[in-house]
Amino acid sequence: MTPPVSAAPAPGSTDPSIIRNFCIIAHIDHGKSTLADRMLQLTGVVDERAARAQYLDRMDIERERGITIKSQAVRMPWTVPDGNAEGAEPGQYVLNMIDTPGHVDFTYEVSRSLEACEAAVLLVDAAQGIEAQTLANLYLALGADLHVIPVLNKIDLPSAQPEKYAAELAGIIGCDVDDVLQVSAKTGFGVEALLNEIVTQTPAPVGDPDAPPRALIFDSVYDIYRGVVTYVRVVDGKLSHRDRIQMMSTGAVHEMLEVGVISPEPVKADHLGVGEVGYLITGVKDVRQSRVGDTVTSQHKGATEALGGYKHPVPMVFAGLFPIDGDDYPTLRDALDKLQLNDASLAYEPETSGALGFGFRCGFLGLLHMEITRDRLEREFGLELISTAPSVVYEVTMEDGTLHRVTNPSEYPTGKIAEVREPVVKATILAPSDFIGVIMELCQSKRGQLQGMDYLSEDRVEMRYVLPLAEIVFDFFDQLKSRTKGYASLDYEPIDDQAADLVKVDILLQGEPVDAFSAIVHRDSAYSYGVMLAGKLRELIPRQQFEVPIQAAIGARVIARETIRAIRKDVLAKCYGGDISRKRKLLEKQKEGKKRMKMVGRVEVPQEAFVAALSTTQPAEKSKK
Amino acid sequence: MPAAAFGVYLHVPFCATRCGYCDFNTYTATELGGGGAQAEWATWAEAEVALAACTVGRREAETVFFGGGTPTLLPSADLVRALDAVRRELGLAADAEVTTEANPDSVTPESLAALREGGFTRVSFGMQSAVPHVLRVLERTHDPEGVARAVAWAREAGFAEVSLDLIYGTAGESLADWRRSLEAALACEPDHVSAYSLIVEGGTRLARQVRSGLVAAPEEDDLARKYELADELLTAAGLSWYEVSNWARTPAARCRHNELYWESADWWGIGPGAHSHLDGERWWNLKHPSAWAGRLAAGESPADGRETLTADDRHLERVMLELRHVSGLPLALAPPERVDAVVARGLAVRRDDRLVLTDRGRLLADAVVRELVA
Ligand SMILES: Nc1nc2c(ncn2[C@@H]2O[C@H](COP(=O)(O)OP(=O)(O)OP(=O)(O)O)[C@@H](O)[C@H]2O)c(=O)[nH]1
Ligand SMILES: C[S@@+](CC[C@H](N)C(=O)[O-])C[C@H]1O[C@@H](n2cnc3c(N)ncnc32)[C@H](O)[C@@H]1O
Ligand code: SF4
Ligand SMILES: [Mg+2]
Repeated sequence: MTPPVSAAPAPGSTDPSIIRNFCIIAHIDHGKSTLADRMLQLTGVVDERAARAQYLDRMDIERERGITIKSQAVRMPWTVPDGNAEGAEPGQYVLNMIDTPGHVDFTYEVSRSLEACEAAVLLVDAAQGIEAQTLANLYLALGADLHVIPVLNKIDLPSAQPEKYAAELAGIIGCDVDDVLQVSAKTGFGVEALLNEIVTQTPAPVGDPDAPPRALIFDSVYDIYRGVVTYVRVVDGKLSHRDRIQMMSTGAVHEMLEVGVISPEPVKADHLGVGEVGYLITGVKDVRQSRVGDTVTSQHKGATEALGGYKHPVPMVFAGLFPIDGDDYPTLRDALDKLQLNDASLAYEPETSGALGFGFRCGFLGLLHMEITRDRLEREFGLELISTAPSVVYEVTMEDGTLHRVTNPSEYPTGKIAEVREPVVKATILAPSDFIGVIMELCQSKRGQLQGMDYLSEDRVEMRYVLPLAEIVFDFFDQLKSRTKGYASLDYEPIDDQAADLVKVDILLQGEPVDAFSAIVHRDSAYSYGVMLAGKLRELIPRQQFEVPIQAAIGARVIARETIRAIRKDVLAKCYGGDISRKRKLLEKQKEGKKRMKMVGRVEVPQEAFVAALSTTQPAEKSKK
Repeated sequence: MPAAAFGVYLHVPFCATRCGYCDFNTYTATELGGGGAQAEWATWAEAEVALAACTVGRREAETVFFGGGTPTLLPSADLVRALDAVRRELGLAADAEVTTEANPDSVTPESLAALREGGFTRVSFGMQSAVPHVLRVLERTHDPEGVARAVAWAREAGFAEVSLDLIYGTAGESLADWRRSLEAALACEPDHVSAYSLIVEGGTRLARQVRSGLVAAPEEDDLARKYELADELLTAAGLSWYEVSNWARTPAARCRHNELYWESADWWGIGPGAHSHLDGERWWNLKHPSAWAGRLAAGESPADGRETLTADDRHLERVMLELRHVSGLPLALAPPERVDAVVARGLAVRRDDRLVLTDRGRLLADAVVRELVA
């Protein structure tokens, strides 16, 4: 039997020696949130009735996509029984568990969660084995000095290969195969034992209870009812309700309106003490006033030395977002303001496009971040949006020495260019060794440089590449997945930039450049990009009353050309008595449709054409086949 | 303002077989589970005419049009009975135009003579094509020679006005095939021709065949070329266009009844699914013959739905209909700068106080309408 929650040690007066702070990290879909579900149930903080799958994935978009986007911290009481098989010290404990996302775009969520923990449960799907984010997250945890507890999940699956993958996992961590625990988050098998192992293996937090308070902000979330809710891990001293607290980076002082812990709903408390993880509310309205990585201290006799900082994620992928209906521009601006309250990594500034009108140039951490942001804007704010093709940041140096930072291809400078630099990433690809050939071929076509290759086991390899980020943003992942039948996984992180032979390809309709279609591409793929997009547009733009030439050009040089022939017939044949209403309604519909057309010069381009033309533009190799 | 012209439309929803392209409200005997509905049609049409007279009182019809389906599938006596009812209950102008649609293989010299005797003045034959492989794709039952024969019988029966319907753009129809059809039609010396581009109507067998790739969809450029060829040959033979899809030998040979529709005049529709219009009020009957008959048997109106046109609706309809006609759209109905724009592009010309489509403009009529009402 699990003890009732009320008997648990109270926040603010919990001895650090019984606190265990850990997070669950893994490759995407290896079962972190499901494992968290079982822990919530076993520790009694979520009862049978309230339980639902992936309880901590609270956002609509998380539930719909079945993925975790935001980390979630939960305080759980746990009693280790006498004579447990794991040999853990019997008694009452407080576990702070953080469920983290697995997708590469949200790596920063993982890194900041790590700062609040002493151990990480590294979960591996026993039917899949180690994948790219398994490694990436493992290195993050080791880099943050956490103790790593290796666990194989989904051992209930008939396709599970626990022996094989336990060996793989032991191999990369450098532990014994027997140290690898086996659980099924689905059935709950092994989870109780895992909790006891967590108690045994996780170091208790250390801190000075008498020192001035210091707490690290590891998350900051905007809530429309409560304002900004700030998640902290207390290192030294004590934070209390009604204290006046100070943000050490800015010196800003706030009154603490509420402190508490999440279990798994917010529970108010009087204090938070050494080693505890909880939340505080000060009434600020913007997450940027309560920044992740900052140290909270008290206004009076506060600490003088901040805790180790935190590297903020910088947007790497940029795209224009435009409302389909120009009247929605103010709604879009408000919506972005609101999302930013909760997502400090989202950057945006107004942008005007000749073709698409008023919108915003937005910076994202990656493609999934972009997709999710767009999805939320459309769903939560009822907007219909067009997004331009994603682009990276280019540094363009002119011959006269001036430097331009280009996040928008349409702002690519004209004139004599001395050098263009583009961001490159270190990419790690894990795949069955059968696919080495196709992966090498793909990476080569994407201008990748092989850095090294290791066998994880007999038939699985880790390949390390340096690749231009722009290629990854294009469609690298889709290609990788399709060429390896879904078996390869990819992780990447920005490392540097490099000079490259890049050119801007413009698309002209009737001689007029359409800014939304401009792209910066490598000179070798400029031609195929131009041919591909011009061909696509010819299919997508309806015929007009005049001929419309479509050209792709680098500067003044036309590299591809298509023509939309003039429409010759646009009339319904018959019009009897019974047809009249029907025909009138058809005309009214066409009139409405016309409102959704964007005028590019004299050419009417339907919104759908922009959307379709700008969606995953198929790259160079397609034309080679 | 003088009262609008008035016409009567009678819908006869029966066909021997259903052509794959057709979405008209029509039924085969098998679909209806026997010939009962067909036999009773005239009875209920009479009843509906009487009901109409209760509403509009005596209002002389300038035109009467029996459309289908295939009106001539019924005995001529039934059609004449219905015409008599119109004459008796509503009144018929002395020089009224009385048309029936007919399939070439659904008439005989006798049936045509009976119609003529009963007061019909005009026959419109569904010829569609003269080319066997085209007729086959259209699933038409008549053979090409049947048309000339039927036209000759109509002439013998004393019909001065004979019209032929043609369809162009059928899969597999070459430009030469279309020329052959036009020439065959002209050889019959009709005084009126309607030429329609094939429309793939949703829900038809043709639409399914096109979707599954079995039959090629009509191709716009091909349709444009064929329209131009039709206009060229028909004009050369002495017929001139008076509406986008209609040509007549003389102004008197135009289909007066269809012109009522295009003038937003008044008409009463009798029969299953028939539409009516009286001064901005539109309604339509239940489509199924037995549902329609059931209402009439109970002494009730067979109307199924109605709409009242707003001023905007009426304006839009006028632009859309009158622009298609050779007499054009009164300039007052369109903003001058829009008119300037379409005239500048050679799609229409000003003629007196009207805007009239040019040859090229006829093919782009819908685009011009959209521009004028945008
Ligand atoms: N058979 C089986 N399925 C499992 C087990 N654990 C999780 N799953 C399934 O695996 C899928 C992914 O589970 P999640 O818990 O959402 O995975 P996650 O690691 O949180 O995923 P992200 O948060 O997106 O990285 C779901 O369909 C789960 O039902 C298990 O032990 N056995
Ligand atoms: C009401 S229909 C019926 C006349 C008669 N039952 C016949 O088929 O001969 C009148 C005319 O409409 C035309 N028509 C019918 N369906 C059409 C379609 N889908 N596309 C173009 N014209 C069509 C045909 O030319 C037909 O002759
Ligand atoms: S085209 Fe004429 S014959 Fe063919 S189904 Fe339609 S109405 Fe009947
Ligand atoms: Mg998850």
